[in-house]
Amino acid sequence: MSSSSLDDVRPGDVSPDGGARAGRWTVTGYAALHVLLFAPIVVTFVLVVVSSVLVVVWVGILLLAGLLPAMRGLAGLHRSMAGRVLGTPVPAPYLPLTGGPLADLRTRAADPMTWRDLLWMLWAMTFGFAVSLLAVVLFLAVVTLPIWWYGVVPLLRGRAAVDRAILTIGRTERLEQRVEALTASRAVVVDHSATELRRIERDLHDGPQARLAAVSLSLGLADDLFDSDPEAARRLINEARGTSSTALGELRDVVRGIHPPVLADRGLAGAVSALALDMAVPVELALDVPDRLPAPVESAVYFAVAECLANTAKHAGAAQSWVSIRHDGAVLRGEVGDDGRGGADLRGGTGLPGVAARLAAFDGTLSVSSPVGGPTVVTWEVPCASSSPKTTRS
Amino acid sequence: MRIVLAEDHALLRAGLTQLLEAKGFEVVAAVDNLTELERALDDPSAEAAVVDVRMPPTFTDEGLRAAIAARERRPGFPVLVLSQYVEQLYARELLASGEGAVGYLLKDRVSDVAEFVDALRRVADGGTVLDPSVVAAVLDRRKDTPVDRLTEREREVLALMAEGRANAGIAQALVVTEKAVAKHINSIFAKLDLPADTDDHRRVRAVLEWLRF
Repeated sequence: MSSSSLDDVRPGDVSPDGGARAGRWTVTGYAALHVLLFAPIVVTFVLVVVSSVLVVVWVGILLLAGLLPAMRGLAGLHRSMAGRVLGTPVPAPYLPLTGGPLADLRTRAADPMTWRDLLWMLWAMTFGFAVSLLAVVLFLAVVTLPIWWYGVVPLLRGRAAVDRAILTIGRTERLEQRVEALTASRAVVVDHSATELRRIERDLHDGPQARLAAVSLSLGLADDLFDSDPEAARRLINEARGTSSTALGELRDVVRGIHPPVLADRGLAGAVSALALDMAVPVELALDVPDRLPAPVESAVYFAVAECLANTAKHAGAAQSWVSIRHDGAVLRGEVGDDGRGGADLRGGTGLPGVAARLAAFDGTLSVSSPVGGPTVVTWEVPCASSSPKTTRS
Repeated sequence: MRIVLAEDHALLRAGLTQLLEAKGFEVVAAVDNLTELERALDDPSAEAAVVDVRMPPTFTDEGLRAAIAARERRPGFPVLVLSQYVEQLYARELLASGEGAVGYLLKDRVSDVAEFVDALRRVADGGTVLDPSVVAAVLDRRKDTPVDRLTEREREVLALMAEGRANAGIAQALVVTEKAVAKHINSIFAKLDLPADTDDHRRVRAVLEWLRF
């Protein structure tokens, strides 16, 4: 799961006012570096294009495996130069790399940013190069020094602006990505809550509702028999009492599944402590959550911990487990681990993917490390500010 | 016996008052919020309290907190906590607030009037009464503690002790003689390293020991 958050879209990106801008000496230095990097850029560009053609005879794949990172290096260098000139960072939103060299190559090739890098090289070899060369010449030709004095900074800022336009995705694209991610997570959450509602409805219908109807029936019969057969009436009342107890027990289970009472009472730290008490495997706790968090986050994280601990109890065969949760005021980070046999998979089953989907609704991320043979460690991060304490206690 | 009753549901409060008074208790205060509960608990003539965990203003655990606070001011003040659900965490907090004279039961247990009144009497007499569901939850857990030294039978006896039963009650539940129960209990005390003291305190401490892990 990719981690993106609203922080990725900062107003600073569109109005580049913050940060220190480079002076004329520095930008001239950058211009000189641009000129020096002309040859490597040309060579890389040509090689990339040739290798792409050679992919059909396989050799190209090998070449690209080395060339694409080199291209990223060159583009990255120019990103940081453009960032310095403009006074705002130019982010590099590449797709995250995963796993082996072949998978990485595929990711890189499919990354729209790679195509932007290629386009940028075309610019850097032609007009971009011309602009930088002009800046250097204005400086070196001595007689043009006055022009250099006044012109070099706007000139290089112009080039940097174009570099930035090509080398990073714009605000609109970022918002589009964000909307896409939000649409996906909303769909999952809506789906999840619909399933939950159906489950609750079924639980109530099959359990307490039926039992309370039976209680009512027994009491009615008892009322009827009260004078004629007090012994039978008493038996019916006893039965009704037993049935109503069972109904209450079932209602408790339903409530616990919706929102555990101890979570409402004591917040995340208290509820996780209570969970740990009920575990067969000893649980070591390190909880640092000083304030109450927004209720939906508390609930999602509580059920995440509950799911992980339930997995530990069911599958891990562990002798020891641990839970650590820390809130630093902005991000809630947590970890559940055990020394069991490992082999947990985020893709298998429904428990962990469900938890990941629930956390994603809050821009949270979840990852699982569980090599066969153990240990299993599930970690998550949810950005969230603490809410004011719900209760005022003396 | 003069009882303080705290329960925010009017129907249940009325029902409990009726029940307690029918069984010979005197309900000196039947309150439905924290402020009034605190005031009622400060009344020195109150001899015991029956308290719901949740009540206004925040509907979280103020009843429990008030009960524990009252026991800090009046050590050994008998408190029976009734709750819609039972939490081991709360059972421990309650037990940690002094030795004995506490009870923690599910509200549904009230429907067995005789059991409930018996539980209240035992709490008032300084005993410990825990809901069978708490006891069962603790029993389910694997432990690596002095409690492991107990035999299966001794653990059954300890579980019934935790529910607040006297030797006679335990003997009845396990279908053995009272003498056999006493023997088991002595063996439990020995295995948990609880030296001779007054018998009642040892019982409470054995239960505490058992809950601790």
